Amino acid sequence: MGLLWEGVKKAMELLWTLDPEVLGITLFSLKVSILATLASLVLGGGAGVWLALADFPGRRLLISLVNTGMGLPPVVVGLFVTILLWRSGPLGFLGLLYTPSAIILAQTVIATPIIAGISLTAIQQLPPDLRLQILSLGASRAQMVLLLAREARLPLMGAVMAGFGGVISEVGASIMVGGNIKGSTRVLTTATVMEAGKGNFDAAIALSLILLALTFTVNALLTHIQQRDRPR
Amino acid sequence: MTAEPSALEARDLAVYRGGVQVLAIPRLEVTAGSVLALIGPNGSGKTTLLKTLAALLPFREGGLWFQGRPLDTRADLEAYRRRVTMVFQEPLLFDGPVRMNLEAGLKLRGLPAAVRQARVQEVARRFGITGLLDRQARKLSGGEAQRTSLARAFALEPEILFLDEPFSALDPPTREALMDDLALALRQTRTTTVLATHDQAEALRLADTLAVMHLGRVVQSGTGIEVVNRPADAFVAGFVGMETVLQGRVTASAGGLFRVAVGGREVEAVGGPSSGTEVLVGVRPENVTLAAPPGSGSSARNSFPCTVTRIVPKGPYFKVELDCGFFLAAFVTPGALEELALAPGRALVASFKATAAHLITGR
Repeated sequence: MGLLWEGVKKAMELLWTLDPEVLGITLFSLKVSILATLASLVLGGGAGVWLALADFPGRRLLISLVNTGMGLPPVVVGLFVTILLWRSGPLGFLGLLYTPSAIILAQTVIATPIIAGISLTAIQQLPPDLRLQILSLGASRAQMVLLLAREARLPLMGAVMAGFGGVISEVGASIMVGGNIKGSTRVLTTATVMEAGKGNFDAAIALSLILLALTFTVNALLTHIQQRDRPR
Repeated sequence: MTAEPSALEARDLAVYRGGVQVLAIPRLEVTAGSVLALIGPNGSGKTTLLKTLAALLPFREGGLWFQGRPLDTRADLEAYRRRVTMVFQEPLLFDGPVRMNLEAGLKLRGLPAAVRQARVQEVARRFGITGLLDRQARKLSGGEAQRTSLARAFALEPEILFLDEPFSALDPPTREALMDDLALALRQTRTTTVLATHDQAEALRLADTLAVMHLGRVVQSGTGIEVVNRPADAFVAGFVGMETVLQGRVTASAGGLFRVAVGGREVEAVGGPSSGTEVLVGVRPENVTLAAPPGSGSSARNSFPCTVTRIVPKGPYFKVELDCGFFLAAFVTPGALEELALAPGRALVASFKATAAHLITGR
């Protein structure tokens, strides 16, 4: 209990004094996870909507793959992205390994199937004839997709929250592709692992609490937007 | 007098689902300004045909002609879709105020704000929803939501309106009121309409012509009176409520009347089939009168002693099923039920005129 209390006190101290290193790590974590979530929203949201509306052979298999992807272990993603970006790997020439871009890439791989799977369900849960109703009102295909997304905005917002939650909290991929380099690729989760490994539990608890607070704040903001639009 | 031009024509239309043909329409024409009702039981293909005619479902074979011009390309079909619209069984309103819903199609079609506002006011007045314009669509009752859905369609001033069982989810009083408003709107705007329904009363009330569907095909089309009184085959006869369909061999035929042997009796009917041919004869239950033995002295050509086998309530009437050597059904009022002391096993005399027995030509 004393250890936890020490951690809380340390976290308050770090936040109160605006410790430059902690602030840097926090802002960096937020930045990479938001960018990865946005990229996943475009890729996963697009794929989910497309899978919900398209009809082609192999669609069910693809949906099964997406659903499987929703539970991808970050460490496995980290391993494959590392191999991909390794100097002698297929994308080694880009020189991205151990850079923030590598973390964004890995986190995008993690969040894309999460957002795709939830988006797919969100669109499929709309009345089946709504798509035809929109077309019969005179919509183009693009207008139809936008209107469907508008109707499914609450679960789509849920998809964004799930995607963000998945990447801000993962450690396996970030540590493998980022390398936890101080001032460059260190995020809250990798810093927490490192501090705990060194036996600095108070610092580890402080970083964990900051991570929790950050996750809560972002999700509270998204929940506010989501519930503001809830049908009454 | 010139014939009304064709608003829409389907030729050799074939729709497949999962490799199975679900629709085969050699020819179907919708006259401009008229209301055509597609009637048939669930699964007969009404909705599929309606969606295909509205260019919302692809078809593998055949084509559509809009105002005499073929809709050959995808661009043709998309342009056509912007000139027609469809109302579904479910209101399918958007999450937002009623006003936003009424404006939705107008916005999608790129109409200016002033036109949109004028149209919204007009259709809201027409369908009695002016007071609901600022209400959230999801808070509407079933009747209000379907009113809004119909108003949204009329706001577009479509050249063809497709209606897919728009009243089926409503309670009877709401349905009556909305049907009255729709009938008036259709009469005043003379909007070419195709209505799919399984309710023949609804079809007879709103439509100029009926097309009866069965297993993805149109099995009979004509005016309501034609279809109801002269069904083309046993299926249509059953669907339009011709409860009694008798099969027998013609024993005599002369002067526009013929006699047909059924269950050891002879029924006289109007028509001229040759002697010896196997025919079907249909009798509507409301054309059969019942009397206590020895009979009411009816002038009807067909008068048979019968026994009541079953009595089934049918809304404000009772259907009395009779064994006359053949099956016969009659509708009676609750008053007649009491007066004749009708009950299973009761002996009666059933009568119907020769003109009430219709020759059914198809099988």
